[in-house]
Amino acid sequence: MATNGINSLRNGPDEHGRFGIFGGRFVAETLMPLILELEAAYRAARLDPAYEAQLQDLSVHYAGRPSPLYFAERLTAELGGAKIWFKREELNHTGSHKINNCLGQILLAKRMGKTRVIAETGAGQHGVATATVCAKFDLPCTIFMGATDVERQWPNVLRMKMLGAEVRAVSAGAGTLKDAMNEALRDWVTNVDTTYYLIGTAAGPHPYPEMVRDFQAVIGQEIKSQFAEAEGGLPDALVACVGGGSNAIGTFHAFLDDPTVAIYGAEAGGHGIEVDNGHAASMTGGSPGVLHGNRTYLLQDKDGQILEGHSISAGLDYPGVGPEHSYLHDTKRVTYVPITDDEAIEAFQLCTKLEGIIPALESAHGLAQVIKLAPAMAKNQSIVLCLSGRGDKDVESVGKYLGMSM
Amino acid sequence: MVEDFRRKDETTPVVLMGYYNPIYKFGVEKFLAVAKASGVDGLIIVDLPPEEDDELCLPALEAGLNFIRLTTPTTDDKRLPAVLANTSGFVYYVSMTGITGAAIKSRAAVGDAVKRIKGHTDLPVAVGFGIKTAEDAKTIGRDADGVVVGTVLVDAIGQSLKDGKATDKTIEAARTLVAALAEGVRAARA
Repeated sequence: MATNGINSLRNGPDEHGRFGIFGGRFVAETLMPLILELEAAYRAARLDPAYEAQLQDLSVHYAGRPSPLYFAERLTAELGGAKIWFKREELNHTGSHKINNCLGQILLAKRMGKTRVIAETGAGQHGVATATVCAKFDLPCTIFMGATDVERQWPNVLRMKMLGAEVRAVSAGAGTLKDAMNEALRDWVTNVDTTYYLIGTAAGPHPYPEMVRDFQAVIGQEIKSQFAEAEGGLPDALVACVGGGSNAIGTFHAFLDDPTVAIYGAEAGGHGIEVDNGHAASMTGGSPGVLHGNRTYLLQDKDGQILEGHSISAGLDYPGVGPEHSYLHDTKRVTYVPITDDEAIEAFQLCTKLEGIIPALESAHGLAQVIKLAPAMAKNQSIVLCLSGRGDKDVESVGKYLGMSM
Repeated sequence: MVEDFRRKDETTPVVLMGYYNPIYKFGVEKFLAVAKASGVDGLIIVDLPPEEDDELCLPALEAGLNFIRLTTPTTDDKRLPAVLANTSGFVYYVSMTGITGAAIKSRAAVGDAVKRIKGHTDLPVAVGFGIKTAEDAKTIGRDADGVVVGTVLVDAIGQSLKDGKATDKTIEAARTLVAALAEGVRAARA
């Protein structure tokens, strides 16, 4: 993207898949030829007008894009500061932003002649989106999901099964997203000829972080034009939650070279950033390392052993983060902040009661950061939150957390 | 551990195998200095393909340590020269697409692959993944210059433990298995 200018923050990754020192291709030799083939296929697809046209058509008629930009009037009044806007990604087909990436990648898998799809999932949102596109495109799919997550997100497990996917519960480790990704990589390395690995977050070996970002960048592009139309100019702040960081990078990317726009990523602060193993805030509470094919900020001990993260949100308790976020953290373009379980639950309830929108617990982390920012900002300023997913899947665990009874 | 071993044995090569992150976290320069001083001969780092040679492979070679590369069934003739370019010590052929501990599906294919690699390099070729018994070692040992055994050795040691600690059976369990595997390799040479 030479048109961005040499100092643009949107030029990454380089030809080695690096964003600064982050990213790269730290994979076993068995997988290396596959990711080179994937990169070539991806570049070719993006130059093919037929591919772009099909993706555009599906985005509109299947996923329901563009998603609305909504002014949250009561929440704004309650907080008494900046105007709060929601980018309604939870209204997409399947209930989250994950469908944006799945549509792009399933078309790629088809072009590459793959006959089987695998994916990892944490909260189950990506698993559902993958199972959905596999149903539509008639490809068998296997979803790897941590055993703990299967339990706390069972409505999504049922959806995946009804869509025809095989859901494999992974009991290794803490039974969460990291363990699901390990198992998916093991499957891929065993079934290299037939299988397409549809990674759901903007992490993993190059070209996944770039590819997933490109498919999600539509979120920020739409915000830009919708906001200009509704309010004029640019928003003053953007907020999104960050687990692996796909909705966040999709929201941020179009604004990286707009210095007047403050950008915030909400990481999972769990029980608190000061509690050992009590959070999943890779950037605010971790250090750079190499895992799952890329160098990025990780939760790890002094020997480089990966730690189990914790978050009430299954979509955020990953011990790493997409490499582009690590780069944006080091360059200080984006401010990453930890949000605790309690703060997220409070934001979840406030949004539900004031706006009649039940947000995913992941998105509630972003909302908690909005709640912190808005009162200190002027009334003529605006914050846009990426409301990345809907919270139907979370009502049971939130109910339990709050001690609600039937 | 390597230093202790070196006090009793100055000739048997010692190769460290693992993932890159613990080395990266320790510090590459510091790691290479300590490894060299302790008597380590080579490294096998599974998640560092030639595309990432600047990370550890080139510094290791410069420090005088061998960098032993894995080649796999997916490494085709076009890619093989690049994979072998900065490889030293020996070449580690991974017998299958899959993970350690699984079973080898076709022994003939492994033999063909070893011949193919030998067409590109003078380095010895060792085969690993899926070698569990003396019989396996014998069969694979006919084509390969060496066999690599890990999972069954870990299992044998694991079964000898009590509450996660070594017992008087542990050394014997490892010795018996290794002796049988060595016998298999020797039989292949006979």
